[in-house]
Amino acid sequence: MLHPGHEESARRTSMIWSIYVNVVVQGVLTGLVYGLMALGLSVIFGVVRVVNFAHGEFAVVGMYAAFLLFRSLGLDPLVTMLPIAAAFFAIGFALQASLINSFVGRAEHEQFILLVGVGIVIANVLLMTFGPDARPANLPYGFDSYLIGPLIVDKVRVYSAIAAVAIAAALFAFFRWTATGTAIRACADNLAGAAVVGLNVKRLYAITFGIGLACVGAAGALMVTIADAAPSLGPAYTLLAFIIVIVGGLGSMAGALIGGILIGVSEALAGFIIEPSMKSMFSFALLIAVLVLRPRGLMGRRA
Amino acid sequence: MIALWRGLAPRTRAWLAGFLALLVLTPLVADRYLLSILTLIFYFAYVGQAWNLMMGYAGQLSLGHALYVGLGAYVAALLWVYFGVGPWLGVFAAIVIAAAFGGAVGWLGFRFGVEGVYFALLTIAAAEFTRIAFDHLAFAGGSGGLFIPYEEGRLGQWWNLRGGQLLFYYVALALAAGGVALVAGLTRSRLGYQWLAVREDEAAARALGIDAFRAKMAAVLVSSAMTAVGGVFYAFYYNNLFPAQIFDIGRSIELILGPIVGGLGTVFGPVVGAFILTPLGEGLIALTARLGIDAPGMKAVFYGLTLIAIIYVRPSGVWPWLARVIGVTERVP
Amino acid sequence: MTALLAVERVSKHFRGLVAVDQVSLSVMPGDILAVIGPNGAGKTTLFNMIAGVVAPDEGTIAFCGERIEELAPDERCRRGVGRTFQNVRPFPALTVEENVVIGALLRRPDVAAARRHALAVLDRLDLIERRALPASALTLPDRKRLEVARALATEPKLLLLDEVMAGLRPTETDRMVAILAGLNRDGLTIVLIEHVMRAVMALAHRVLVLHHGARIAEGAPETVVRDPAVIQSYLGAEALG
Repeated sequence: MLHPGHEESARRTSMIWSIYVNVVVQGVLTGLVYGLMALGLSVIFGVVRVVNFAHGEFAVVGMYAAFLLFRSLGLDPLVTMLPIAAAFFAIGFALQASLINSFVGRAEHEQFILLVGVGIVIANVLLMTFGPDARPANLPYGFDSYLIGPLIVDKVRVYSAIAAVAIAAALFAFFRWTATGTAIRACADNLAGAAVVGLNVKRLYAITFGIGLACVGAAGALMVTIADAAPSLGPAYTLLAFIIVIVGGLGSMAGALIGGILIGVSEALAGFIIEPSMKSMFSFALLIAVLVLRPRGLMGRRA
Repeated sequence: MIALWRGLAPRTRAWLAGFLALLVLTPLVADRYLLSILTLIFYFAYVGQAWNLMMGYAGQLSLGHALYVGLGAYVAALLWVYFGVGPWLGVFAAIVIAAAFGGAVGWLGFRFGVEGVYFALLTIAAAEFTRIAFDHLAFAGGSGGLFIPYEEGRLGQWWNLRGGQLLFYYVALALAAGGVALVAGLTRSRLGYQWLAVREDEAAARALGIDAFRAKMAAVLVSSAMTAVGGVFYAFYYNNLFPAQIFDIGRSIELILGPIVGGLGTVFGPVVGAFILTPLGEGLIALTARLGIDAPGMKAVFYGLTLIAIIYVRPSGVWPWLARVIGVTERVP
Repeated sequence: MTALLAVERVSKHFRGLVAVDQVSLSVMPGDILAVIGPNGAGKTTLFNMIAGVVAPDEGTIAFCGERIEELAPDERCRRGVGRTFQNVRPFPALTVEENVVIGALLRRPDVAAARRHALAVLDRLDLIERRALPASALTLPDRKRLEVARALATEPKLLLLDEVMAGLRPTETDRMVAILAGLNRDGLTIVLIEHVMRAVMALAHRVLVLHHGARIAEGAPETVVRDPAVIQSYLGAEALG
């Protein structure tokens, strides 16, 4: 005869278990979107070798763009993601070709400072335009979820994650199978060699920066479905992107996504187990550990 | 010190003495508002100088220097609030704690070959980690903040840094001047030369017998200790500390603007930078307020644009150019 | 008399490629040894192992009778091993004088004393007139002399020179040879990697030839340059006719 206590604890265990599974799944889905943002950074850093310290700020601009389009035209961010990405590509292309290109060979600290300045300007222009309060995009299906067994997943997270993976896959195909993509990879591998064989490095850099920012813009559009847009989020997202890229491995596209999942899950778990406000502490500790012990990350190439 | 003074060209001495005299006498004619602006300038000149030591001379980029300001501030404030230990003693504890953190960051970075942007990220991570940690330290007030109470009976206790604007004006001026003297002295020493060598080419420096690890550790230890003193000043000047503010990455960036605009790796660069940026920033705020424009991010946008302009057009900063114009040279001939 | 430098069967592999293969050499105080060989023969790798930049996979290196394979480059310099780099590496933002002062500071912690010594070294290397110029403004021959001056200021017992004549015109080569010969007469032991045979013949007491990482000949310069194996390594089998 089953002791009533056994039944009770068995039920509690399975409940806790299903909570954990939910937390992890949520972490994975969110992490994939972060991974897309980090992918942009990895592409830029890996090829152009410029440290984009304004990366998070660009993501926030993407969030606001999607937010505005939703608010004014009622367009779903999952749809506007594409035109936003296209617009960001153009911005990235122009920015690299004009301003950033002259910094490519210069001292590293000068590059950061430039982009730190750009980030400060972006964040505060957003502040002046929209004010400091967080702006949510309240999608009609924002509170709907799928119920799969013990899992309760938000539809928005599922869609966003799928979109993120789709874009990443498209990018992977581009780099693997198109001439331009291969040329860009050549630049990353061997810059002098690329120039010698006649590749227009400046144009390729501009394309790469455009692609990187397009990822960020798309990621921002997706992120506004799961988080509220606020001007102060920039630095946090920049750091998040760097943590993901370094943990996952610089120069590896799969690494950016895997790193995204890893950070997404660990932050979700840390927030759940320890305390929500401490979840970033874990990520920072992880960053320090990776920087010190295995700087090429999980899947990065040997420097 | 005397050797330093003797080492300067007469023209430089004249400019320097004149400028210092001017600053010492300013309170005779200036109102409280102007003094508060100048105090802020001196503060940024000082902490900027501390950062300049590590970056401009030793070539190690720290983007988390707010960590040391915060640690210095909290240690001194806690010792005062809980044990009544005045800042002139508390500053020693502040220096020790900040240097310990700086040493830890430095050791992790230099021992394991974390360089360039990776080292910068390491410093950011350390500052952010500490910020969140302090949010949860109940005895330090947590995210709600730590306050140094206003005690009317203590007014005039200059040794406890309890006083009016004038007191803080002179303390800040002393700090800024002391910072300049310290950096000037250090950079002309053997260690200063070793820093330059490591900054320029670490492998070549090692081939000349320089222990690069030791040199870099010395830089981070001195820099963090120096910055902590600024933190102590901050605590007793503003009397309230919030982790989200004092450890914030925005603060880390704010304190590097002066040295960059003024001139990295120069003795007077941070001072010039502070004298350019702070008044312009405050002036901009005053102007927009006068015009009735409510634009909370305006000052920061201005700083951002200045940063971009300087790093694009004159990356070595304003001071080297200015020095040429007024005919002084920095390097001892 | 113990050898100043005793390298005993050192080897270095880089992922399947054998860069240096069981090379031994010994240098007495006051010697000038030239290490020659075609490109890719492993000469710079050998130097890097002696200077401490790269650790040997096998073998030992002794300096003044003491084993030094475990020591860091800066420690080796403190013991008396000075080196120059094949791609000259002056400190670009610093003046010629400051570059050499940094070297001089090793043995003279007082900055003023270091400066006096640096000026003496600069005088010896014929750079005294350019002492206030930024190092980045120098011509290549001057940079090469600066590189030597800087290493010399650390007062080494042994100076490793990596292709210090490369890129110099014959007159400049002769000038450098004269300076090095003078330093050697004053007691400096020199090991140099060289391609410029004019300098090798003029300076070296002994020559060591490397090919594919291994020693193929060693001896007096006149003998070595006539050695068939050496000629073959440089010019190919056809050159032997």
